[in-house]
Amino acid sequence: MELRALVPEGPIERKWERRRFEVKLVNPANKRRYHVIVVGSGLAGASAAATLAELGYRVSCFCYQDSPRRAHSIAAQGGINAAKNYQNDGDSVWRLFYDTVKGGDFRAREANVYRLAEVSANIIDQCVAQGVPFAREYGGTLANRSFGGAQVSRTFYARGQTGQQLLLGAYQALERQVALGRVAMYPRAEMLDLVVVDGKARGIVVRDLVTGAVSSHAGDAVVLATGGYANVYYLSTNAKGCNVTATWRAYKRGAAFANPCFTQIHPTCVPPAGEYQSKLTLMSESLRNDGRIWLPRRQGDHRPPQDIPDAERDYYLERFYPSFGNLAPRDIASRRAKEMCDQGLGVGPGGQGVYLDFRDAILRLGRDVVAERYGNLFEMYERITGENPYDTPMRIYPAPHYTMGGLWVDYNLMSTLDGLFVIGEANFADHGANRLGASALMQGLADGYFILPYTIGNYLAQTKPAEVPAEHTAFRSVQAEVAARSTTLLGVTGTRSVDSLHRELGTLLWDRCGMARTGAGLRAAIDGVRALRERFWKDVYVGGRGEDLNQALEKAGRVADFMEFAELMCEDALHREESCGGHFREEYQTAEGEARRDDARFAYVAAWEYTGASERPRLHKEPLAFEHVPLAQRSYK
Amino acid sequence: MNLTLHVWRQPDGRTAGRFETYEARDVSPAMSFLELLDVVNEGLIARREEPIAFDHDCREGICGACGMVINGRPHGPRRATTACQLHLRQFTDGDELWIEPWRARAFPVVKDLIVNRSAFDRLIQAGGFVSVNTGGAPEANTIPVPKPAAERAMDAAECIGCGACVAACPNASAMLYVAAKVAHLALLPQGQPERARRVVSMVDAMDAEGFGACTNHAECTAACPKEIAIDFIAQLNRDYAHGLLHRLSGGV
Ligand SMILES: Cc1cc2nc3c(=O)[nH]c(=O)nc-3n(C[C@H](O)[C@H](O)[C@H](O)COP(=O)(O)OP(=O)(O)OC[C@H]3O[C@@H](n4cnc5c(N)ncnc54)[C@H](O)[C@@H]3O)c2cc1C
Ligand code: FES
Repeated sequence: MELRALVPEGPIERKWERRRFEVKLVNPANKRRYHVIVVGSGLAGASAAATLAELGYRVSCFCYQDSPRRAHSIAAQGGINAAKNYQNDGDSVWRLFYDTVKGGDFRAREANVYRLAEVSANIIDQCVAQGVPFAREYGGTLANRSFGGAQVSRTFYARGQTGQQLLLGAYQALERQVALGRVAMYPRAEMLDLVVVDGKARGIVVRDLVTGAVSSHAGDAVVLATGGYANVYYLSTNAKGCNVTATWRAYKRGAAFANPCFTQIHPTCVPPAGEYQSKLTLMSESLRNDGRIWLPRRQGDHRPPQDIPDAERDYYLERFYPSFGNLAPRDIASRRAKEMCDQGLGVGPGGQGVYLDFRDAILRLGRDVVAERYGNLFEMYERITGENPYDTPMRIYPAPHYTMGGLWVDYNLMSTLDGLFVIGEANFADHGANRLGASALMQGLADGYFILPYTIGNYLAQTKPAEVPAEHTAFRSVQAEVAARSTTLLGVTGTRSVDSLHRELGTLLWDRCGMARTGAGLRAAIDGVRALRERFWKDVYVGGRGEDLNQALEKAGRVADFMEFAELMCEDALHREESCGGHFREEYQTAEGEARRDDARFAYVAAWEYTGASERPRLHKEPLAFEHVPLAQRSYK
Repeated sequence: MNLTLHVWRQPDGRTAGRFETYEARDVSPAMSFLELLDVVNEGLIARREEPIAFDHDCREGICGACGMVINGRPHGPRRATTACQLHLRQFTDGDELWIEPWRARAFPVVKDLIVNRSAFDRLIQAGGFVSVNTGGAPEANTIPVPKPAAERAMDAAECIGCGACVAACPNASAMLYVAAKVAHLALLPQGQPERARRVVSMVDAMDAEGFGACTNHAECTAACPKEIAIDFIAQLNRDYAHGLLHRLSGGV
């Protein structure tokens, strides 16, 4: 396996233009002879499927939900970045590029990030034309807010439902193509494997989640837009069905997996309430603009928070980071909360929580202003916890939220397997070791609307259409493997439910490969994961039948893949003997407890190659050069 | 707290269903309604019985996947709250709960509490979009949109497509769903060129899918977890009349 990033020559500002000129074009009359398989209907998948169909390709699109509109992107709240500089506050493509490379703690590919910043403005144009009801100023122009600690206002938003509105825009564009007969949509369909023939991705094997039927779909290229894997931790802010299956299966068929240990833990989530907790709810980061984070100074101080006087409160983020205070970046805010709680200072059930207090904001701005800014978030919090944040501070705790790691892709968004493209959260490319707020939506739509539709043409132009049909023996044998796996899962008939084993895996990873990691901890985690995986295959009980709607079986397949993937994640975290972004190794920190990068040894993308079930994965390195954003230690003091 | 659940069990669309009774003992008032079903399911799995099938994904009230009728009310008793955001503190110890799927001709039962809502996707296919290809968009600030129009469009666009409106309506009408999409796009300049055609086409598709007619019961708004306003239906009716005239005059 060779990692060839294929970044175009020339100055960074001209690279994308150059690539668009270099790519081979498919003759318009020929496009309909090509069939592209798009797995996923989130922002990345829906925008790609719609755009490819508009261009004239035949597209099949798959998602596991009952409608493409329900993809996890729907849940994004805060907003989407774009370098429009509408606020005249000094934003530019260059500044967005710079912020993203630095925010990613210098572990992303510069050329990709520059292109992302470059096309960001087109996204907003496109979405407005589709009827996305972005927030407006009284003069009728688009409104912006500053988000995630950015020093310019470049975030576009639609109330607290930006992801929903962007996704509905892409979904409507997709349904328009369905109506025109150019996209065949397969909802309630789960991709369970990738079919590779002579080193080229040729199609997928899918299980119909209603009938249980397993079928093959052949295509001239396969696009994975299947989202992130934060659910490996069991508890996360992701939708319950989010999984690693599609990308993991592709990895096992030859696509390199990059930086799997780069995960983002979001600081402001509602803490778990009990054993039965099934997911964690994100409270928008914007709350940190006016809320102050604190803990009682004294351990075991069980007084109601309102009764604790200021002198006995520790506003620890303001103490550690006088200039950024409560707006310190996500990774830092999360880690500090965990440290404080590990010292026994946490509040709420299990001591897992810190206060996010609006008392001072209400005094300063008045209750009405606070209600206008955060009213719906307060209501959401109250619905979940039964507590009213106007009177008593919120309790928040960090939760797994986003995964920067993903399948390795070159500048054209193609994986190490020919014909397999990966877009959106499923790839690794743009966010390095830490993603900035409002940048995932931007990346998903950049990939789907504006990048992949060009670059995939270059590949297709060099491929004969329909070379490998679904009747090919390769499909038959993969289909048989998929069916056999379901049969095995159903046949174990142990004593443990899938959820209980998944929860155990999650706890293990959260403790050992979560916000803070150590060499010893990771080694123990690897042993733990192996043992748990063995137990899973001996002791799981799935029940029901394969030829039926069987949600336990769906979960079992996903958890089985998480059980394998978790080991790679820990391996990656163990090998990276430095701290950067969301990856914090306790051994590698500065005297002030901040992440200490080791650029001499680790300024590379770690891309792992599968070498067999009982073999160790092989590490490949894509060196990263920082020619435009000088390497520097992040400082938020 | 303890609750008694009567849950609709139906193996598939071809087989008749019935209520089964389950006791939920010592559940926490801080649990969400779907977590209650998770706990019941864990118990069923331990007894080697089939767990209750129900749709869900985001569990934070935005994807629109979850949906079930709880004691006769879609998404249960709390206003503006999806089933996944409903918590047991809304109930009283000892309560009996009747839990069943959306009931509507256009939403056939798939299994237990799961129904097939793909008719909603087909309504969007009938015209719930702006026909603009990627790349063809003008600069975003070229056309100013008055803030009140943008806000009202957003009020309509908040619909999560869960289908509670249909389940609540005595006629199983999809009027609120269609009205929300029609209004969202009709309130924005970008939606104008196709406005007349869109409304007629979507309403026709609604009839063809087997949704009932609207006879102004307003149960839909009351059940809607996003509180989509009934006024949008009035606007739909006006737009529809206008769209028909447009068609008669050869405009469609
Ligand atoms: C609560 C929350 C709030 C967020 N807020 C923001 C924000 O304000 N701004 C921001 O920029 N980012 C935000 N993010 C991150 C952002 O929402 C996601 O990174 C992004 O939406 C991912 O889009 P995607 O298209 O890559 O994948 P997804 O939207 O996750 O879509 C994945 C698709 O793949 C399908 N799929 C998955 N596996 C399979 C399979 N095996 N077979 C078939 N189909 C499959 C699914 O059905 C789905 O259609 C937030 C994330 C969360 C969790
Ligand atoms: S599960 Fe998404 S709205 Fe309830």
